[in-house]
Amino acid sequence: MAERQYPIRLTVNGTEREAQVEARLLLSDFIRHRLGLTGTHVGCEHGVCGACTILHDGVPARACLLFAVQTHGHSIETVESLGTPEHLHPLQEAFRACHGLQCGYCTPGILMTMKAFLEQHPDPDEAAIRKALSGNLCRCTGYQNIVAAVARAAAVAREGA
Amino acid sequence: MSTRAFGASLPRREDARLLTGQATFVDDIDLPGCLHAAVLRSPFAHARIRSIDTTAALAREGVVAIYAAADLGAVCCPGPLAVPPPPIEGALFHQRTQSPLARDKVRYAGEPVAFVVAESRYVAEDALEDIVVDWEPLPVSADLQAAARPDAPRVHEDLPDNIAARVRQVKGDYALAVRGAAHVIRRRFTYDHGCSSPIETRGVVAQWDARADRLTVWDTTQAPVFIRNGLAASLGLGERQVRVVAPFIGGGFGPKIMMFYPEEILVPWAAMQLGRPVKWIEDRAEHFVATTHERGQIHEAEIALGADGRILGVRDEFLHDTGAYDPYGLTVPINSQCTLLGPYAIPHYDSTFCAVFTHKPIVTPYRGAGRQHGVFVIERLLDIAARELSIDCAEIRRRNFIPPDAFPWDNALIYQDFTRLTYDSGQYAKVLDQLLERIGYTDFIAQEQPRLRAQGRHVGIGLVCYVEGTGIGPYEGAKLQVQANGRVSLVTGIGTQGQGHYTSFAQIAADHLGVDIADIDVITGDTDQFYWGAGTFASRGAVVAGNAIDQAARQVRAKALRLAAEIFECAEGDLVLEGGRVAIAGLPSKSLGLGELAQRANPMRGAVAAGTEPGLESTSYFGPPSGSTANGAHAMVIEVDPRTMNVRILRYVVVHDCGVVINPMIVEGQVRGGVAQGIGNAFFEQLVFDSEGQLLNASLADYLLPSSMDVPSIELGHVETPSPLNPLGIKGVGEAGAIPVGPLFAQAIEDALQLPKRGVELLEIPLSPSRVWELARSATG
Repeated sequence: MAERQYPIRLTVNGTEREAQVEARLLLSDFIRHRLGLTGTHVGCEHGVCGACTILHDGVPARACLLFAVQTHGHSIETVESLGTPEHLHPLQEAFRACHGLQCGYCTPGILMTMKAFLEQHPDPDEAAIRKALSGNLCRCTGYQNIVAAVARAAAVAREGA
Repeated sequence: MSTRAFGASLPRREDARLLTGQATFVDDIDLPGCLHAAVLRSPFAHARIRSIDTTAALAREGVVAIYAAADLGAVCCPGPLAVPPPPIEGALFHQRTQSPLARDKVRYAGEPVAFVVAESRYVAEDALEDIVVDWEPLPVSADLQAAARPDAPRVHEDLPDNIAARVRQVKGDYALAVRGAAHVIRRRFTYDHGCSSPIETRGVVAQWDARADRLTVWDTTQAPVFIRNGLAASLGLGERQVRVVAPFIGGGFGPKIMMFYPEEILVPWAAMQLGRPVKWIEDRAEHFVATTHERGQIHEAEIALGADGRILGVRDEFLHDTGAYDPYGLTVPINSQCTLLGPYAIPHYDSTFCAVFTHKPIVTPYRGAGRQHGVFVIERLLDIAARELSIDCAEIRRRNFIPPDAFPWDNALIYQDFTRLTYDSGQYAKVLDQLLERIGYTDFIAQEQPRLRAQGRHVGIGLVCYVEGTGIGPYEGAKLQVQANGRVSLVTGIGTQGQGHYTSFAQIAADHLGVDIADIDVITGDTDQFYWGAGTFASRGAVVAGNAIDQAARQVRAKALRLAAEIFECAEGDLVLEGGRVAIAGLPSKSLGLGELAQRANPMRGAVAAGTEPGLESTSYFGPPSGSTANGAHAMVIEVDPRTMNVRILRYVVVHDCGVVINPMIVEGQVRGGVAQGIGNAFFEQLVFDSEGQLLNASLADYLLPSSMDVPSIELGHVETPSPLNPLGIKGVGEAGAIPVGPLFAQAIEDALQLPKRGVELLEIPLSPSRVWELARSATG
């Protein structure tokens, strides 16, 4: 028997979206395979690696630990809400300048985590950045350049403010 | 061009796409009508399959097909041997490779048994639950030492025991060394390595185009050309009928090159059977058993020294856990055997290893690829020797270095690339000196450490040296082509997994062609774009493909100048190539863009001279005679909390020599990332199996990867000794950072807790806080 479908309505990167989804459809799969927003990556499907981090009503959340139906009436933001290749968001620009990524697979989740962090902590020190970053695993960089990128993005934002 | 691209820390060209979520990874491939696969894996490490009943599973709505071994026909045969054993006299090697699906019995928990294809991954996983297998569990050989015993339960019943390989390599005569020795030290070392855990797991998507008679496969592989060739062979196709694409890959580190994983055959085969695209994406739980590991070795090693601390000889016997199959030949234990010699002049060496089949997942190279194990043994032996002979740890190393004028240095062993292990160049003392200077070694020991110890703090220092054979053959190729729009396409056959090839490769070509790297489109990992190649492994991409690119770019430059000289009726020497244009020097109005030249080089009418090739393009291949030898030294200062044995790294310094550097920023990133993996390996990454061969910590909540709280800032220093083995003078760097961290940890923790005074030596890796606590508690004093 086909799985029962549930109607949901949510805001995705500022746009109203409606869909019919199975109750068990993970938000990560919904974002990637139903909405086609493949910038959100899946690394572990058990909420540890942080690659699938999105903003749920502005708060970082693991898309692999939510069902799509749970976002009914809510707002989500994915990496696609930041910049474009031609016009990078300042946080993305800082990652590029500081070599804060290698394979880039964990990067979208880190960007979303750090976007929310910097909004709350506009002038963080290294220890605070490392702590905020500790829920996102990166297997390539050794984190040093990610920390530098976040610090740089904060500095750029403060100068611009 | 006023500034050279080669050698500059240019930001990466691939980053904009990666940062915005626009880069295509395998799971991003979305084909109409795509089916989704899931794999039923054995819950037992050793069991006979009495029967498989798929009736209920097939009846489930949305299930399209289920395959067991018997359904696969000729495709279900043991896979190819990816790397045959090197030609070492007297070497014993039993080749046992895995079939795509287990036929009558399984040999490790996680071995594929059935393959389900359904309309969605959710349904495919549901169907796995419906399959009924009648298992007959059999006795298990999980422990390495126990498995090596003649009476152990056999992994392959057609063999007399579990010995997969036995290789002895000898340099000089170790008995002579012992006879002349003032001091002989013997210890037993165990070194466990973990799994590479890229954040992207493996995945395969395949599409069979019946009209074109062609198969396209997107695969998270580090070696697309090998996969293309192997797929063609096993599916009965010609190589030109198969296209393998390795798009952006979310980290590889070795295991994404195993060749062949069962799914790499099953997914394309199923796509051909069903006439619809099929996708399989590994989940993390699967990854822990379905993607290869590296794991452990046990060494019984002995070093003979003169009274002055000079190494007279080393003897080593070790066991190597190869898992249930050995598709990668002897690469890992050969690397351990060869890398043990380090940067030291060791006149006599006698090394024997036994690779042992166990009922555990397959072992293949993971970043460092066995080199860690060898480096741990020699570095720890030197630490013990330094202590027993009252020689400083840095000094005993310095006394044994191969001097800079002694290269090429012949180690008289056969290396993994089948050539004689010969170091090409190096300045080991210079590297060590810079390391000591940067970490403030003398001051730390004389002043800082006593001062902190007086405050009751447990601080320690460690330093280690290593060499790494990099940049091995056989060859790579590159094709450069100036397009009519003036952009340059640069194609190679290797895959890329985050190493920055889109940038560094463009940097190699840009200066020759007088263009900006932004004008060069680098294409990697698509077998339709470049036919030949080996892959990205063994720290070889930049060395081998890099030199092919350099040659091809020089040839395209020469073609452009030759053609422009004909058009302008001038001497080639009068021409300059810059800003994407060829101009007569001093006459900028007399110039042609590269794109115009490319069009002129492909005329529609008129005779061309015999022997002329169309277009501004060149394909070039490079194969080094043998691998170039990178080296380095790491030091760190740590503080240990004696109650929890938690280690805090206060400083970490790396000085390394990877020859000529293409992009320092990328090289530093590679080193830092390598160190991070080394820290995970040294500190807490361990695959824990029970006696039944069950992996007990198969989740990222239980198998801990280093986080931003565990990896410190790493200070870097460079020494540049160009390799004489390739025109660019490059040595590989991909694995360097990960290799020497284990012995460094052990040495620094021993020092911080002053363990040797209490009769405790740290002779194993990993050294988790709980393990250090156990070992320290066993102290006598």
